[in-house]
Amino acid sequence: MCLAVPGRVLDIEERDGTRMATVDFGGVVKEVCLEYLPDLQVGEYAIVHVGFALQRLDEESAKRTLELFAELGLLQEEFGDPWEPAAEADGTTPFAGEDFIPEVRK
Amino acid sequence: MKYIDEFQDPELARRLLDDIHATVTRPWALMEVCGGQTHSIIRHGIDQLLPEEVELIHGPGCPVCVTPLEVIDKALEIASRPEVIFCSFGDMLRVPGTGRDLFQVRGEGGDVRVVYSPLDALRIAQQNPDRDVVFFGIGFETTAPPNAMTVHQARRLGIPNFSMLVSHVRVPPAIEAIMASPSCRVQGFLAAGHVCSVMGVGEYPDLAERFRVPIVVTGFEPLDILEGVRRTVRQLERGEHTVDNAYARAVRPEGNPAAKAMLEDVFEITDRAWRGIGVIPDSGWRLSAKYRDYDAERRFSVDGIQTREPAECRSGEVLQGLLKPHECEAFGTLCTPRTPLGATMVSSEGACAAYYLYRRLDLTTPAGREVSPVV
Ligand code: SF4
Repeated sequence: MCLAVPGRVLDIEERDGTRMATVDFGGVVKEVCLEYLPDLQVGEYAIVHVGFALQRLDEESAKRTLELFAELGLLQEEFGDPWEPAAEADGTTPFAGEDFIPEVRK
Repeated sequence: MKYIDEFQDPELARRLLDDIHATVTRPWALMEVCGGQTHSIIRHGIDQLLPEEVELIHGPGCPVCVTPLEVIDKALEIASRPEVIFCSFGDMLRVPGTGRDLFQVRGEGGDVRVVYSPLDALRIAQQNPDRDVVFFGIGFETTAPPNAMTVHQARRLGIPNFSMLVSHVRVPPAIEAIMASPSCRVQGFLAAGHVCSVMGVGEYPDLAERFRVPIVVTGFEPLDILEGVRRTVRQLERGEHTVDNAYARAVRPEGNPAAKAMLEDVFEITDRAWRGIGVIPDSGWRLSAKYRDYDAERRFSVDGIQTREPAECRSGEVLQGLLKPHECEAFGTLCTPRTPLGATMVSSEGACAAYYLYRRLDLTTPAGREVSPVV
């Protein structure tokens, strides 16, 4: 959870009076709030944590970090279904993750 | 240097290591504060690549691990109520409270939902106006601003059925508590990079000066950690103690001003108990008076909870860097990720979990037991 993952802004829109973006994290696409980086533009990279862009990042380091995270399986941990590992550790059946908010795929 | 080929840039790693080896003349103990750094260090065997004079001590930087048992028990109590939809980040599911965890509450019929962002919880509240939606707001300075913004939005949009169980913690007071302890061995700090992305470096010069300890802001990729160690050791060898930023690509000195302003508006500083460590003055945030209506503890009056920590668990010492996980008697026997006694064995950033997942074959427990790898 403490992990902040770099992602690339795909598009930006105003929703409920809030600046929101869709952001691509090496294939997984999620909604991200831009209120803390209001001048972030489409095509730029930022460090994103629990759905909020927190700091700009240059493209090269963003890509390097994403590769490393993918290698270590950390992206799966951050964006995957958390019920399954919990159930496995518990020795029970998962709840099919039916209410895990799925990523937006565009 | 048996692990070095796994590094992203083995050549650069070798250069950094050579420099560290050439610089060190006597023993130094450095603490990495962030749990993500701990995992990176153990996973890549960085502790084994460093000269034996350089010891890395694992710090309390795992938000899941330091959330006090009492707060977990409050979460379990609130999540059990039929009128509540309880939303949490996924890594809190298996953190043991007294006798059970959120996953079990869900199995017993509680409506526990995992969200990726606190804003998801707010959306669930909008979609379920007849239910009480509670979000479990834990974490360090990186997570606090998103949670602060969510409470701010709930108020702005007038969403009455949303509240937050807040247990946020701050890193600098923890560093201060560690340095002030008589048993402290730490001589230099690798400060947590993403915490500083938000907060900047302004809180550290006073600490560095008062305790005469170098503080180097460090990322958590293997090369970042080597660079952080290199700069810290350089300072120590020269008798310096300044604040240095080795993670400039993600950390500006001023941090993120918008996030800091929101933190100040929504939260106020308070004393906070850290699991296994105890109360550290001024080390946490709670909702400020303006936002008290969104405080789940007030809404659900959950005082008077009786907590019980397993006697065998020594995670408090692990979190303070006084004990390495495999030196705990329960490590790998009574306590495994399947049967965790403490949060440090559950969390993806916990030190005990790091040793369990990535431990090397040469690692033995105090009883001389060999532990075999599980991955
Ligand atoms: S190994 Fe288990 S029992 Fe021992 S300190 Fe770690 S979490 Fe606690």
